[in-house]
Amino acid sequence: MTTTDAAPAVVGRLVDRFEQGLDAPICLTWELTYACNLACVHCLSSSGRRDPGELSTDECKAVIDEFERMQIFYVNIGGGEPTIRGDFWELVEYATDHHVGVKFSTNGSRITDEVAARLAASDYVDVQISLDGATADVNDAIRGAGSYGTAVRAMDRLARAGFEGFKLSVVVTRHNVGQLDDFKALSDRYGAQLRLTRLRPSGRGADVWDELHPTADQQHQLYRWLLAHGEDVLTGDSFFHLAGYGESLPGLNLCGAGRVVCLVDPVGDVYACPFAIHEEFLAGNVRSPGGFTEVWRHSDLFTELRQPQSAGACGSCGHYDACRGGCMAAKFFTGLPLDGPDPECVLGHGEHALAGRQGTVPPKPALDHSKPARPVPVAMGPAHRAAVTTPSRPPDRPCDESPLAASGLGA
Amino acid sequence: MPPRVVPAHPVAFDGSVPWTLHPQVSLRPEAFGALAYHFGTRRLSFLKSRTLLAVVESLADQPTGHEACRVAGVPSDELGRYEQALNTLAESGMICPREAS
Repeated sequence: MTTTDAAPAVVGRLVDRFEQGLDAPICLTWELTYACNLACVHCLSSSGRRDPGELSTDECKAVIDEFERMQIFYVNIGGGEPTIRGDFWELVEYATDHHVGVKFSTNGSRITDEVAARLAASDYVDVQISLDGATADVNDAIRGAGSYGTAVRAMDRLARAGFEGFKLSVVVTRHNVGQLDDFKALSDRYGAQLRLTRLRPSGRGADVWDELHPTADQQHQLYRWLLAHGEDVLTGDSFFHLAGYGESLPGLNLCGAGRVVCLVDPVGDVYACPFAIHEEFLAGNVRSPGGFTEVWRHSDLFTELRQPQSAGACGSCGHYDACRGGCMAAKFFTGLPLDGPDPECVLGHGEHALAGRQGTVPPKPALDHSKPARPVPVAMGPAHRAAVTTPSRPPDRPCDESPLAASGLGA
Repeated sequence: MPPRVVPAHPVAFDGSVPWTLHPQVSLRPEAFGALAYHFGTRRLSFLKSRTLLAVVESLADQPTGHEACRVAGVPSDELGRYEQALNTLAESGMICPREAS
């Protein structure tokens, strides 16, 4: 989502307001199920199998009722592959009937012509197709054999149905960072909008991060590309650590975790952000008294995140105001202190910190719903099976929007 | 009944004609002003003052944009800044001209 500022000024920097938290999130990610027909190697939520404790249809509707009361404009629904849930379309309809817009992430396996037509007819539903390579070889190495074909077929169907502006969502890796122009061309061809997000060492992503995260040179290449394409490309604000290069990228350039964004997982647990499924970042559960509202407004964790944060080891760095120390989850899951540099700090401080870990074992996610036959990076069923079985696994979807194009007039 | 919207495309703000919030836009008041979300364009905007929120909320009930500003309490020496903000909202389709009632 893009943002504009209409402001006769006056309120000081909006970013400061956001760091203190709002009464309701600007944007919220809701993973509906841990079930997935794919087994992407970098899955943030280590999805694969459904959790027996997942919220029931009625519980989901009660959560939507709360979102409506809090005036949350829309939610980013993911998983797992959310469309696997038998009540998925029922919940989408319930949400939009209750003034909560929906954007959902999918691997495309259940986007039939009929579904595409229905989606194209709704102003309140947006779709995000996950694809991590502009070519089948690059994509399928991450998302599984046949997954490229599945995604492209889904895009064909959406475009044919007249759905304009759906999102093509890409997690930037060492292997696809050279394909940014190709991704842009691909999304342009479909009348879609490209969305690039950062590879996080979260979930199964922790296992592959060392090999897949962009090199320092590639990060700079990505930064230049993002500056050149500006507002045309969505980033979910995920690259604010690149602001250390000098120029701010469009968007909020702020970690919104627990302040303006959060994650609700399939069993109702509320985490600070989609990349932080670990008890360290667990604020509460929507099933507890007071529900989501109580967790959002009064949980200890979120209250703490809304206090001024220490710059720690980054305090003496002249770029701290730009990058804010980077991504909390990226630090945590690589075993770095939260008040130190991001592992991908563009000044190289992260590399030094990583080298200095000396055998520290980074924390593992508390939950793992991977299928027993552990994600063999490249082995999925043949492409034609995908249409039936469907997998999917939205890599990362932070807030898809960039909560804001920072301040403008008044700031 | 949602107000009838005149043009399909965003236009510049003209304070001498009647305006309205676009029917697909929701407003959420915040301490700093409000968030506005357009379900059609999926854009989010920030209204950075409560007075601006009051202006936007009163547009549909007032004969002109300027009258909405006056009713909402915009001081005359600040009218220019508010017109600028309203123009930003008009250009992104958050508010639009409506047929005179």
